[in-house]
Amino acid sequence: MRRVLVANRGEIARRIIRACRKAGLATVAVYSEADKDAPHVRDADQAIMLGPPPARESYLDVERLIHAARRSDADAVHPGYGFLSENWRFAEAVTRAGMTFIGPPAEAVRAMGDKTEARRLMTAAGVPTMPGSPGPIADPSEAEALGARVGFPLVIKAAGGGGGIGMVRVDKAADLATAFAAATRRAQSAFANPAVYVERYLERPRHVEVQVFADAHGTVVHLHERECSIQRRHQKLIEESPAPNLPAATKRGLTEAAVAGARAIGYVNAGTMEFLVDAAGGFYFLEMNTRIQVEHPVTEEVTGPDLVVEQLHLAAGERLSWRQEDIGQRGAAIEVRVYAEDPDKNFLPSPGTITRLELPAGDGMRVESGVESGSVISVHYDPLLFKLIARGADRDDALARMRAALTATVVEGVKSTLPFLKKALEHPDVRRGALHTQMVDQGAFR
Amino acid sequence: MPEEIKAHITGVVFQIPTKKGDKVGAGDPVIVLESMKMEIPVEAPRAGVVREIKVQEGQTVQEGDTVAVLD
Repeated sequence: MRRVLVANRGEIARRIIRACRKAGLATVAVYSEADKDAPHVRDADQAIMLGPPPARESYLDVERLIHAARRSDADAVHPGYGFLSENWRFAEAVTRAGMTFIGPPAEAVRAMGDKTEARRLMTAAGVPTMPGSPGPIADPSEAEALGARVGFPLVIKAAGGGGGIGMVRVDKAADLATAFAAATRRAQSAFANPAVYVERYLERPRHVEVQVFADAHGTVVHLHERECSIQRRHQKLIEESPAPNLPAATKRGLTEAAVAGARAIGYVNAGTMEFLVDAAGGFYFLEMNTRIQVEHPVTEEVTGPDLVVEQLHLAAGERLSWRQEDIGQRGAAIEVRVYAEDPDKNFLPSPGTITRLELPAGDGMRVESGVESGSVISVHYDPLLFKLIARGADRDDALARMRAALTATVVEGVKSTLPFLKKALEHPDVRRGALHTQMVDQGAFR
Repeated sequence: MPEEIKAHITGVVFQIPTKKGDKVGAGDPVIVLESMKMEIPVEAPRAGVVREIKVQEGQTVQEGDTVAVLD
């Protein structure tokens, strides 16, 4: 590997370019017409225009990306997160073009992208999964049978994609037909695949995930857990590591299950096993993300290594740089995502131009930003502006540092989630680490 | 009295679930915008009949633009 095309934009494109530089690799950025002045374009050694602003004509266009890689003489492609990162056809197209896909084998991406197949594979590997239908359901009566067996509420989910998109909660059998129809419609519109499956719905669970890394020589390790319970509409807003108040037995069970699951599917490179954790410490596999995640910096801050550099090494066929016993957790780290959204209007997107941007700095603070003063925040892409990561000797220390950092941060020109984040970090339940995934939607931080 | 329905946000027209002559109730989505990967319905402010749809799928609309007219 000599030259990496970064098939993404924003903060993650810049993060990957930085890692490539560290690893001595040349970089190629890609951009849409809307992003011609974006920082990630300037960061790279070379930049190639893909096409018009809509993502499907630029960042989601496999052919244009492969063409850009060929034209720039790239021999590897890093997909980042979002866009084509979990599209197995893209992974396959990159490989078929004779280039290295910096991520897992296409087959692992495909298997984990099919949420019912992922469930089946994980169950077979001994990973606890939520009681539910073994595969897609053809009509609501199958969900009714499950409801009779495990009780309501249930949740109907799309089989063709994850991230909580298109989920429908069902509280009683009488609502099943309507919910089934709605979930099928949403699945079709979001993932072009109407298949749905059904699971028991957990009230007020925590979202805890485990970072795994695997090499092509059969070694699989975990880099401990991340707590990501503070979400709105299943989109994470605040993440931290270690997970506060996690029973030792649960932690051990989660990490062992994550490693076993990754090993069972012959996984290679970086991945995340996501779980729901109930009040009693029981845990259930949710899905596997077959890519680097937005929240990977909190893991880097407590465990030490550069995860994106490790992805590059593994993609080049090298062995993992660490053994399991080398990887400890030191101190605590917390990340907040600052989105161009209006928290006072139910997180309505807020496109526009950033007229003023001031970012925090100092000991224990890390900033990953895709924007600068003057950046135009387009309607065409995800509203993530930047992430702040605070490290501390312990959780209270990291939280205090983050509270101070938020006070020093200014975003003008677009609405941002900053006021929400300030409120959230002052909340007594957040301070004492009593978190669950529904606290934002239930209005805890209003 | 005809009433103009305006976009409350800048976005791209993602779907048009209604057409001219359709009866809609207050709060029904008349068109659906997509902005920053979110689908955001533009709802009928009251019950009525759709007199005109002023946008097409894929079109960019600015906050405050009229997207449809209600009879």
